[in-house]
Amino acid sequence: MIYVVIIFLWVSLLLYLVMGGADFGAGIIELFTSTPNKSRTRRIMYNAIGPIWEANHMWLIIAIVILFVGFPTIYATMSTYLHIPLTIMLMGIIARGTALTFRNYDAVNDNMQKVYNKIFVYSSFITPLFLGIIAGSTVSGRVDPQANNFMDAYIFSWFNWFSVAIGFFTTSLCGFLAAIYLIGEARDDAERRSFIRKARIMNVAAVVSGAVVFVASIKENIPLVQWVFGNFIGIAAVGLATLSLILLWYLISKGKRYIIRVLAGFQMTMILLTTTYKHYPNIVILRNGTYLSLLVHRGADKTIQALGIALLAGSLFILPALFYLVWSFQKKDPNHSADLHQ
Amino acid sequence: MAARSQMALSLGFHIIFSCIGMVMPFFMAVSHFLWLRTGEQVYQNVTKAWSKGVAIFFATGAVSGTVLSFELGLLWPTFMKHAGPIFGMPFSLEGTAFFIEAIALGFFLYGWNRFNRWFHWVTGVVVGISGLASGILVVAANSWMNSPTGFDFVNGQYTNIDPIKAMFNPAWFSQALHMCIAAFAATGFAVAGVHALMIFRKRNVDFHLRSFKIAAIFGVLAALLQPLSGDISAKMVAKRQPAKLAAMEAHFKTEPYSPLIIGGIPDVKNQKVNYAIELPGMLSFLVYDNFKTPVKGLDQISKQDQPPIAVTHYAFQLMVALGMAMMALGVLYLIAIWKKRLWLTAGWFLKLFILATPIGFIAVEAGWTVTEVGRQPWIIQGVMLTADAVTPMPGIHYSFYLFTAVYVSLSIAVIFLLYRQIKMVPVIYDVKPKPVHAK
Repeated sequence: MIYVVIIFLWVSLLLYLVMGGADFGAGIIELFTSTPNKSRTRRIMYNAIGPIWEANHMWLIIAIVILFVGFPTIYATMSTYLHIPLTIMLMGIIARGTALTFRNYDAVNDNMQKVYNKIFVYSSFITPLFLGIIAGSTVSGRVDPQANNFMDAYIFSWFNWFSVAIGFFTTSLCGFLAAIYLIGEARDDAERRSFIRKARIMNVAAVVSGAVVFVASIKENIPLVQWVFGNFIGIAAVGLATLSLILLWYLISKGKRYIIRVLAGFQMTMILLTTTYKHYPNIVILRNGTYLSLLVHRGADKTIQALGIALLAGSLFILPALFYLVWSFQKKDPNHSADLHQ
Repeated sequence: MAARSQMALSLGFHIIFSCIGMVMPFFMAVSHFLWLRTGEQVYQNVTKAWSKGVAIFFATGAVSGTVLSFELGLLWPTFMKHAGPIFGMPFSLEGTAFFIEAIALGFFLYGWNRFNRWFHWVTGVVVGISGLASGILVVAANSWMNSPTGFDFVNGQYTNIDPIKAMFNPAWFSQALHMCIAAFAATGFAVAGVHALMIFRKRNVDFHLRSFKIAAIFGVLAALLQPLSGDISAKMVAKRQPAKLAAMEAHFKTEPYSPLIIGGIPDVKNQKVNYAIELPGMLSFLVYDNFKTPVKGLDQISKQDQPPIAVTHYAFQLMVALGMAMMALGVLYLIAIWKKRLWLTAGWFLKLFILATPIGFIAVEAGWTVTEVGRQPWIIQGVMLTADAVTPMPGIHYSFYLFTAVYVSLSIAVIFLLYRQIKMVPVIYDVKPKPVHAK
């Protein structure tokens, strides 16, 4: 049952990265869109993500619940030593979620909209940045329960080249995902071209920040190169991701809409696979070289058992409903400009 | 202390938002049903207006809930490290319920004119049911802290963990029942109060009167049922947490014919309550169903196991007093709809309801204070002290200031938004019956 729980944890992280990521990315794209085109981008984006955005962010809750029920030591360690980036990320989540809702439900359309938009786009940028920083920190080997001063224990645990580079890498991945998604939502050629251009920029940003991650890992003595390229699965995953990226750009030029989304999702899967495969089951690497392992630092057997059953049962309800939701809003005329906009 | 304040603030905020988010869908479902049955446009308008409120509250409730799931660890890592696997079960189920709620809400909000009407109605009902289910499940986690079960605590080790038993802890039923009814009462009165104000000002009387009636009937019935669940809860507390009960009642002396103490100022130093009304034997009666059995007083509880008495006592008294006020209003309302229809638009009647807008939520917060402060100094009753659970990170008070600022600004933003929604009612809905959707 422990493996069921671990798979659920991994899958919810992946889905959060893909669905939530595309969601954040939409805000990032908006941040980098010239003012005259902003409102158009916003409308397309709203129509695309409106019905499902709440659901996208549930994956993070699922992941965190799995962590604190099933792996309490890991959860407690992370939330103690990564307190500050977690708090900043939470602020981002609050600001973003409420700003999105407020701008859609404010009955009066006036200058407040500008305020909501500002909050929305900046928090869309900050949240994945810090999510990436947190993810990077867990494997950076800087989390140090034996630290005896504030800076080592609570600041340098996450404020280092490697973690920050991962943060920017995550952010550009989100932007990339959103741009690929929005290509399919474009209504005319001009919009389509503009999203393709954005996807290209985000793609370059992801490659550059990805390279920076490797440089930073060497600088910080983190064996990332070995993790990624030191085993068959890692090499295969990177290879497949690269191949699918080439295929992706070919299909974009062919004017495909939906298959490119699948490919972008596939790339995210490969990226998450390479970065987690080698040091699995160790999820947090501590300063003194010891690990927090999913297989060792886990809750009581009965808890894992119950959690696994709850997750399996829950997904029986959730997955069909979620698919139906996505499908029914995908299929029907996207020209509806939601009823709520009176 | 800062950690406790931050937690109290976050929960205090979340409790309001989630109550509204979990009860309003039911109001919505009723007016939606009435629209589907009668075809009267005004009911659809009411449903749509409420659904916007639900969307706003759901979003804020969801983010504040996300924040809480992290804050548990950010502030109480030691607690979570040990308690997580034991009391986590309701949380994992709650995650599911919440997920379903989010999906159903997606269908509901964006599904007007897209789906079969009754399917659409059902999605709205699912929002309410799954919201209620998450509320009940979360309360299970809290009631576990009051009546920890499902593990053995030997020499500082938590062994023999059984999360299912922990979930079905003895206090769950009474606490969940009390909380759910409270949510209905508080939300019912709050929503009714807002509509009463609009009727009082003679704005869109038809629209607001119908909304008022739906909200008020829920609130009234809940308020009238509440003493029953309160009694069950009190008996539970007496059995499991005598210190809490003694503090609630400011009951210092253990003696037969224990009195029920109403009001008064507890004087902890001299172990007595000044200026209070005492009803001899009543406390014994309420707890044990006879006037004689002594109720354990604070004199039998060692000093370090006592919660802050004054706060618990005042909060409890406040909750009960407001509950009584709501019941009285409830009786008035029932008279009004059965015998005196004219009262419904009478100034004095509406004024009472306007005044009552916030009292349900004040009572909820007071009740929350009773259960949380009354459990101190324990975070897990009798097992772990709050002081031992807190994060080792220094400077938590900065985090408290930050969260305070965020919550205060959020509350202002939500009130501002609702104000604008209500103000727009005439513009959006007041024109003659329009084609199916009001654009």
